[in-house]
Amino acid sequence: MDIIVTVKQVSDPEIPPAFFKVDEAARQVLLPPGMSWVMNGYDANALEAGLRLKELHGGKLTVISLGDYKVRDTLKRALAMGADQAILLDDPAFADGDSYTTALVLAEVIKKNGSFDLILSGRQASDTDAGQVHLGIAELLGIPGIVPVLKVEKTGDTLQVERLVEGGLQVLEVQPPAALGISSEFYEPRNPSVRNLVTAGRSQIQILGLADLGLTASQVGKSGARCQLRRLFIEARESCVELIESDPSAGAGIKLAERLHDEKLI
Amino acid sequence: MPTDNIMVIAETGSEGLSEISFELLGAAQTLVGQMGGRVVAVLAGCRVCEHAGALAERGANRVLVVDHELLEPYRAETHLPVLVEIIKREEPAAIFLGHTFTGQELGPRLAFRLGTAITTDCIRLEPAGDRVVMTKPLHGGNVMAEYIIAGSPQIVSLRPHAFAQTGPSRSTGEVLDMEVNLEGGQTKTRLVGTIREDSGKGKQLKNAEVIVSGGRGLGGAENWHYVEELAEALGAAIGATRAVVDAGWVPASLQIGLTGTIVSPELYIAVGISGAPQHIAGMSGARTIIAINCDPDANIFKYARYGVVGDWKEVLPGLIQRIKELREK
Ligand SMILES: Cc1cc2nc3c(=O)[nH]c(=O)nc-3n(C[C@H](O)[C@H](O)[C@H](O)COP(=O)(O)OP(=O)(O)OC[C@H]3O[C@@H](n4cnc5c(N)ncnc54)[C@H](O)[C@@H]3O)c2cc1C
Ligand SMILES: Nc1ncnc2c1ncn2[C@@H]1O[C@H](COP(=O)(O)O)[C@@H](O)[C@H]1O
Repeated sequence: MDIIVTVKQVSDPEIPPAFFKVDEAARQVLLPPGMSWVMNGYDANALEAGLRLKELHGGKLTVISLGDYKVRDTLKRALAMGADQAILLDDPAFADGDSYTTALVLAEVIKKNGSFDLILSGRQASDTDAGQVHLGIAELLGIPGIVPVLKVEKTGDTLQVERLVEGGLQVLEVQPPAALGISSEFYEPRNPSVRNLVTAGRSQIQILGLADLGLTASQVGKSGARCQLRRLFIEARESCVELIESDPSAGAGIKLAERLHDEKLI
Repeated sequence: MPTDNIMVIAETGSEGLSEISFELLGAAQTLVGQMGGRVVAVLAGCRVCEHAGALAERGANRVLVVDHELLEPYRAETHLPVLVEIIKREEPAAIFLGHTFTGQELGPRLAFRLGTAITTDCIRLEPAGDRVVMTKPLHGGNVMAEYIIAGSPQIVSLRPHAFAQTGPSRSTGEVLDMEVNLEGGQTKTRLVGTIREDSGKGKQLKNAEVIVSGGRGLGGAENWHYVEELAEALGAAIGATRAVVDAGWVPASLQIGLTGTIVSPELYIAVGISGAPQHIAGMSGARTIIAINCDPDANIFKYARYGVVGDWKEVLPGLIQRIKELREK
């Protein structure tokens, strides 16, 4: 089974809210200096799902990412985890695109890369929180796209997919090829060994640009984007908490209950 | 010629029309009030026509019903062509879906298929000329972005509970049965079954008035019963953070937040929850938030009305005991 995993490199999602700043004039998020770049969490889950399928059924696993040279670190981590091949789409023409242009470029490289059975992505990127690109790829390639996916298995020629729905799960049978947006509950990503990290550090990453795809500059990046960012801002939040204190603190629970009762909240 | 109408994609669940349908109608009504146009609701499914009246009475000027057995069970693959056909006929200026599990799957697909764009998980809408300005949180909610979609129709999925529902309207809209071409051809996805995951000892999360929610600070699955006891004492539903769900202490259906259920109860009690923006996204609409956390700097205290800085192990026994006494009176 040949699997494509899309991975995006994102800013560390655990940065405390107080560290976020934006440059309103430039409409840009200013990340705290020294902050680390990581593999999008749900993409790491998707990669883990892909690696487990590969271990069971064989085949080749390719990771692809659109981004700048920094993304090589994330792709090398993916190789160290067990991916066979890594492709980076890096071209100034791709800059300032949106979900549409990202999906367009990724779909194009997937087509170029030859046949595949499954595309695995995270259910959403932790910076855009959009949940669009993988479904866009599915649409552009004309294959089923299912989100959010808890679990995927393969028997014979079909895939069994567990999809989250309100209050439970749907179990679906899907004929590949398909694109799935993976959630975090089931696929805890593995930690690559130091040895694999060292080996991956030396491996080649295929870098492709606009000229390698059948697209024109007007279709990608800012010129191809369909969504226009009008304003970027931060909404400040003032605390209005009333702390219930007690010494010893065991009494705080009793005091809280009484306070809630006085306020007719319970 | 595109119209200036707003199309609302209604959603149904096991208990009939989902609340989100009325929130979509509410948002659409406000906007047509400012921008002109009419509200057109689409109701697609199997044996759904009985719900058309409720949409027509609560804000839809026109309800388009597609009732067909091939639309049950819901699969994006069968719903998409039906919606596309109706959209092409109706030419709405904008389309509103819920940012529910269904809408998360349908919305982006619809936008790509129609050659336009979507803003997902939107929390505010404002008119700007003939465009709709869509505000959406990024980075888990740490940053807000306003988007405009240049193409047509402008598609947007609305975060549950972020928009007020419509009440009954003065006039009742018309209900129309739609004939659409549903080829019974091959589909590549087949529903094999549905697994219900109940909320354990608590009540149903959805529409709960009181929710007790636990986080990683509980320390382990063996301590989860404290959350259950507090919920029981209050007659509350039980929720959890993603950290708790990913650790396997509770099923995914209990997760509250950006990628879980969005709730807006009267009372929300957070125990051992740090208040990461992705969790806040799911519960900041609660009327009163209570936080119990040993870290005085925890972000949850910014959202809480009452808080206890302390170890839940010391706080909960007294809280549970005293609540029981007070509620028995
Ligand atoms: C894209 C994305 C989507 C996400 N979606 C969601 C979502 O839908 N829902 C969600 O919840 N999270 C979500 N998250 C995860 C989120 O960022 C946080 O990691 C998560 O909410 C943290 O859960 P927590 O508060 O239980 O754990 P922690 O952040 O580890 O907090 C535990 C808290 O418990 C306190 N504590 C420890 N011991 C005690 C004690 N004895 N007594 C009292 N307090 C104690 C600590 O002070 C701490 O504040 C998402 C993340 C990403 C990147
Ligand atoms: N620049 C990118 N490179 C590779 N994959 C991406 C990129 N952007 C988005 N994706 C994939 O699409 C998923 C959804 O992204 P989004 O629509 O931005 O929430 C992510 O989890 C990734 O798997």
